[in-house]
Amino acid sequence: MKTEIDDRFGCMLRLGLKNKTMFLGLLCLLFCGSQPFAQEQRVPITQEQRVPITQDSILPVFLNEVIVIASYKNTLNHHQQHKPLSTLDEYLEASKKVSMMKRGAYAWEPMINDMTSERLSITIDGMRIFGACTDKMDPITSYVDVSNLSDVQVAGGQQGAQHGSTIGGAIDMRLEKSNFKPIGWIGAFESGFEGNNQAKIIGGELNYSNDQFYVDTDFIYRDAENYVAGGGEEVNFSQYEKYNISTNAGYTFGDDKKLLATFIFDEAKDVGYPALPMDVSLARAFIGSVTWQQAQFMGNFTDWESKLYANSITHIMDDSKRPDVPIRMDMPGWSDTYGYYSQTKLDLEKHSFLFKVDGFYNRSLAEMTMYPNNPGEREMFMLTWPDVRTLNTAFYGEDVIKLKNSSLKIGTRLAYQGFHVADDFGLNSLRIFYPEITQRQNRFLKSISSLYSTQFKETSVTAGLSYGDRAPSVSEGFGFYLFNSFDNHDYIGDPNLRNEKAMEGNFKVSVPFKKLSINLEANYFHTVDYIIGVVRPNLSVMTIGADGVKIYENLDYANLYNLSLDGRYKVLPELALTGLVSYHRGQDQNGGNLPFMSPLTYSSGLQYSKGTFSGALTMRGAADQVNFNPAYGEDKTAAYTVFSASFGKSFSLQNDAVYVKAGVENIFDQNYSTYTDWKNIPRMGRNVFMTVSYTIQ
Amino acid sequence: MKTIQIISALALVFFTAASCESDDSEVLLDPLADLTKVQTFKANDHSIEIYAAQQQFTIGYNELFIRIKEDATDAYIPNVQLSWSPVMHMTSKEHSCPKSEIVTTSDANIAKGYIVFQMPGNADEYWDLKLDYTIENESFTVTERIEVQSPPDGKKTINTFMGTDNARYILAMMPFNPEVKVNDFSAMLFKMETMMSFPAVENYKINLDPRMPSMGNHSSPNNEDLSYKANARMYSGKLSLTMTGYWKLNLKLENATGDLLKGEDITDTNESSSLFFEIEF
Repeated sequence: MKTEIDDRFGCMLRLGLKNKTMFLGLLCLLFCGSQPFAQEQRVPITQEQRVPITQDSILPVFLNEVIVIASYKNTLNHHQQHKPLSTLDEYLEASKKVSMMKRGAYAWEPMINDMTSERLSITIDGMRIFGACTDKMDPITSYVDVSNLSDVQVAGGQQGAQHGSTIGGAIDMRLEKSNFKPIGWIGAFESGFEGNNQAKIIGGELNYSNDQFYVDTDFIYRDAENYVAGGGEEVNFSQYEKYNISTNAGYTFGDDKKLLATFIFDEAKDVGYPALPMDVSLARAFIGSVTWQQAQFMGNFTDWESKLYANSITHIMDDSKRPDVPIRMDMPGWSDTYGYYSQTKLDLEKHSFLFKVDGFYNRSLAEMTMYPNNPGEREMFMLTWPDVRTLNTAFYGEDVIKLKNSSLKIGTRLAYQGFHVADDFGLNSLRIFYPEITQRQNRFLKSISSLYSTQFKETSVTAGLSYGDRAPSVSEGFGFYLFNSFDNHDYIGDPNLRNEKAMEGNFKVSVPFKKLSINLEANYFHTVDYIIGVVRPNLSVMTIGADGVKIYENLDYANLYNLSLDGRYKVLPELALTGLVSYHRGQDQNGGNLPFMSPLTYSSGLQYSKGTFSGALTMRGAADQVNFNPAYGEDKTAAYTVFSASFGKSFSLQNDAVYVKAGVENIFDQNYSTYTDWKNIPRMGRNVFMTVSYTIQ
Repeated sequence: MKTIQIISALALVFFTAASCESDDSEVLLDPLADLTKVQTFKANDHSIEIYAAQQQFTIGYNELFIRIKEDATDAYIPNVQLSWSPVMHMTSKEHSCPKSEIVTTSDANIAKGYIVFQMPGNADEYWDLKLDYTIENESFTVTERIEVQSPPDGKKTINTFMGTDNARYILAMMPFNPEVKVNDFSAMLFKMETMMSFPAVENYKINLDPRMPSMGNHSSPNNEDLSYKANARMYSGKLSLTMTGYWKLNLKLENATGDLLKGEDITDTNESSSLFFEIEF
């Protein structure tokens, strides 16, 4: 869908009308019969979900942040949602716990508690997936889209250990499923446009569901040009194009026995990474799973769920569009993962147990071929990930114990993890640095967590203590001359790294007054053997123009803490004011600053919702980044404040439901970047957007 | 009875076939199988076959295998005593080059040794090789012209130079199969005493600094300088190669007392040493 619009900020109405005609035509083609549309009531984005311990419990445990993804069919219920068709990255960024590291307009890397993917467990419906890019250009979140997802579960620290060993927390992206609701055929079609980078988004879904069987299919396509930073400067190589197709189906055998299957295909092409020296010509994922669910298991065990899954990722970096590079190179990477899990619940008087066994086998391979400027010379080849096979087998157990007026949750994860460097070429490469390393190594990982919740009148208090460890990531353990453009160093892994171990304490108080609710949250990580790259001055750089070589090492320890205070004030029944302030700090054993630690950040919003109309005015910003570290390529990121506004209106058109949402982000066109912006790449300037959703009633 | 006969006949055929096969495989263990016959000298009713790992006589280190066939019987002659003398006929002068003794290998029909040619022949200048050999106390000699060429890839595997001690040296890289790993790496060093005498030099030291000029002069870690190994009579060290491609192996030569005879350190301003080898793989 190519829309010719010269004026970046104009013509919104014209576009809307054009799209409408198109939608109606396509809809007619897509759907022969119209069925009532399922209206699911969902909580607005980033609202804390109150997870009851058991159905009869009165005590809520504040566990996870749940980010509800407003896909087409629940957009109508999400008038508060700032921008319904925004990327998953924007949804995550709008949450309280997740911040996003940016290397461009696409494939942002999620961080929890200022920790990135190697310290997190990131899963799709409990499935482990690992990016295939040595430079972290393809976080797992880039291989799904809002069209697939119903919500994203975010847990901090060891509370996120259910699906994998973690230090900082977990993100589990849960796929949307019709789930045997007797609603027959459903169709929806939606389109969006963003003025700043001429992003064109179209998506649709076609689902059929009855009490015996369901099948969901959806599709989304995004195409964006370069974006323009505040002040009018075009950010070259920030374009992207992607599409995602997914289907999932379920069949029930009666007695609450269900067989479910899901499949996702995601492909991004021509993705620019303005902050990096290379772009991506292809990032492609095949993700599939089969799940068996049974309400009753053996004896008193219930909710038995077993899943087999496989996924395959291909990631190809490309520098062919860059005008000046010191040397041309190809950098493809592959990551294949096969895994399973099986879990069941057991409720005894005061105990609610969850037992889970899981495992995965991952193969990570990446190579680099450089083409000398002298055409007479042979190409230069190295394995940057030496075909590392990771085998992980684990047991997870948790118990929520009901006490008088309080509850205690304890959990543990015990895992065996083996690494095997399968490629002799790669093994020999690593032996240049580590002559003694063996082809195989085994590690034992353990986690134990406790979380106590209690209530004094209306005030609820949650406090927890945990211990967890993790093995080095493939890059940290086995990476071979991986260039990090942020600190301009080549990185080399160390297979002999010790496991990183974190002691964690967390605390949260929630005080609901009549119209005002306040949450104060704090956590602290004392991480022993913290893994980070340390400069080795005697090593010669590989990447032309790099400043030096770093090898991943275990620091004695590092300390991180995070503080946040947020509140919500209901000025009027239809008008709410929200606010959030957070502060983060991370230091190594010598008091040196760790990289990518957030400065003081704040956000505030005014939301109005009445009848079919909704509107929002939001402000967010950060103070100067004072605690930065030049050794990791950081400099002082200046303070900023940006404002955004949006409004939405739903109405009916020829008996169909239509929802229109439009808004302006970065109203004052401020030129700014944040501490998570790779090499201070400026963020998007003023952006006018509009989305139109049609649902057949 | 007939059946037994047939079975025993079959068994005999089988065993014969099997034993023939094992005989064949013994014959197939030819020590020269992977080598190329670079030249055959015809003289004295003998065919003197010279084999090398390369396709031809090449400048640098040549390991050569020799066997002598009696033309009348087509039989190879064991335990021949051999010596050789390669000579370069230049327009203005003549000189020889470093060479080893020739010794009989474990196969009595085959003798081996090495020659280090320091320059190729050309239209006006050429090498010849004189072979003296003794069979059953009878001495023979033959001299034939040989074609010595630069290696096909043009990479430098030999250095001829004047040291700061005003002596002329020849430094030759031992052939090896480079891989991305820590490679065993060796070289031979000779002093040019006269135009005809090139004795091996012992107990010097050769510093190694491998670089990739196409990669901003990237170097590799954990190389080991070459030191003299008396049993192998050559200089050995370790060469780390972090990737495939073109590598320039910069060298510095020091004598036994640590005086620098040739070569320079690699710095930001000096990208290569005047003493170096080249490999590309």
